[in-house]
Amino acid sequence: MINAVGRDIPDEILARTGKEVFQGNNYKEGVEYHKQGPIVKPVLDHNTSKMVGSIREALEKCGAHDGMTLGFHHHFREGDLVVNMVMKEVHDMGFKDVTICASSLGKAHDALLPYIEDGTITGIESSGVRGKIGEAISTGKLKGLAIMRSHGGRVRAIQSGETTIDISFIGAPTCDDYGNCKGIGGKSDCGVLSYSFVDGQHANKVVAVTDCLVPFPNYPADIAMTRVDYVCVVDAIGVPEKIATGAAKPTTDTRKLMMADYCTQVVINTPYFKDGFSYQTGVGGASIASAASLAEIMKERGIKMGFAVGGMSKGMVDMLDQGLVGKLLDTQDFDLFAVNSVQRPNHHRISAGAYANPFNKGAFVNKLDYVVLAALEVDTHFNCNVVVGSDGRITGAQGGHPDAAQGAKCTIVICPLLQGRIPAICTDVTTVTTPGESIDVVVTDYGVAVNPARQDLLECLQKADCVPLKTIEELRDIAYAITGEPEPVQFGDRIVGIIEARDGTIMDVVREIKEFEF
Amino acid sequence: MVIEKTSVAGTLESSDCMVTLEPGNGSVELELESPVIHQFGHQIRKVVLDTLEHLDVKDAKIRIVDKGALDCTIKARVECAVFRNVGKVRGLPWGGAIRK
Repeated sequence: MINAVGRDIPDEILARTGKEVFQGNNYKEGVEYHKQGPIVKPVLDHNTSKMVGSIREALEKCGAHDGMTLGFHHHFREGDLVVNMVMKEVHDMGFKDVTICASSLGKAHDALLPYIEDGTITGIESSGVRGKIGEAISTGKLKGLAIMRSHGGRVRAIQSGETTIDISFIGAPTCDDYGNCKGIGGKSDCGVLSYSFVDGQHANKVVAVTDCLVPFPNYPADIAMTRVDYVCVVDAIGVPEKIATGAAKPTTDTRKLMMADYCTQVVINTPYFKDGFSYQTGVGGASIASAASLAEIMKERGIKMGFAVGGMSKGMVDMLDQGLVGKLLDTQDFDLFAVNSVQRPNHHRISAGAYANPFNKGAFVNKLDYVVLAALEVDTHFNCNVVVGSDGRITGAQGGHPDAAQGAKCTIVICPLLQGRIPAICTDVTTVTTPGESIDVVVTDYGVAVNPARQDLLECLQKADCVPLKTIEELRDIAYAITGEPEPVQFGDRIVGIIEARDGTIMDVVREIKEFEF
Repeated sequence: MVIEKTSVAGTLESSDCMVTLEPGNGSVELELESPVIHQFGHQIRKVVLDTLEHLDVKDAKIRIVDKGALDCTIKARVECAVFRNVGKVRGLPWGGAIRK
């Protein structure tokens, strides 16, 4: 069945998943549902200890079994040790058909490859995957379907009962013996535990894994003891230098600086740029440069940002220091500046649900004026792809891309026209991850295109005469004139994954790749 | 031109390609490795074979390790590998065989 972004979702997949095809961003507006509550094993006896001696003991006490679903967060980013540590034990205990429901997986988890090959892991639900796991899924090694969903979508899937997490292992930089977890402090400081809030609220069993046990009570807690079954102390839950890096060096790349300038011009010449506006940006070179130049203009004009939301890095922390932003609403910390800033007033830790869950009573993304995002590919329908490489391999993550893109009033995607020989502006993206209806402006090094659905924004930018305006088709034609017109990737027949829309419908499918044949 | 030894041109830098040219077994044999083979495999093959034909190379093994090079780059690297192979480093036919 063809969905709202023109992708054909095979009936077999709809039957297998019980899902509907994507029917537009607001299809589920106002549609009521019951939240699923977790199974709770009460602790009444003051002699009951939550401490367990090992991950194995935790798995045993939590009733680990074949076919179970395990939850994990990715706040330790490429420095994560928790997923591999738990999965090694799961493998050694001989469990099969395990599904991993993680907020994201990366190259830190290449060690899981043998467990995918031997049937220990047969299901993966994540915002995205990179490295060997991406390769394994794309080459058909995962027995089940991989489900790629946004950060908001994960919260929705768990709250609505679509996914039930049997046991969640929450890596906690600090924790006490009764399970009060914080993202702050310890050896593996990651600042926030936003992606884990939903695990705490909905997983049937919750295990806090820490390498820094602190005296009771570790308060105020991100994940409270009332939600935690067991506490396990291990040697290390993360590699600090890979969790939070130093600040990214400001870019000197002329092409990126030019795109940053275009982006800033788009922001300041559209009507939402006024005192109290809200903003989300990423950590790409152009995004950081644009935020810095925007800060200068805000100072000149006496305009302050009401709030910034999402992943935090030095740029936003500097703005907070300079009084240019009222509140930082933090879901993830990309560098040490952000991690260290978390304890300041007006730097608030929020849950992934509050940030982006489409199925709560209104998330922060809905209140965004601007979001600045990146993309691997953008097509002439403004659909974006952030998960599947142009070669057909799964190699990225949705993160909050579809969430913030839908939520914001003005969604700007910065994307260089060419990535090597790959035209990033193309006729049809390899895989749709964010629908074109969410995307308002595309900034490239060869010009800026405005979604024709946003004539209001187009008029503002025409009047301001601040950026070289092009149609999206013109941008594609410039790209193809340089690279030649690309042929579509040759896929196999088997579907190895689905791209889930925010609301749980199917945006697109990912097929097995095959060797190129002339 | 007759290919009687091995020659190399290009690099493995991004947006370049490395061309290795060796004596053939009676025809032109192409081995191509490219991160964009799905999108541009046919196009790259066409550029390589056309370039060899223009230079009258009919018997050679050619191996391309592509790193996302544009057609103009691929063509230049192939031409370079051919002229190096036959030891022609002066009086190159600019505007002649090289322009086609």
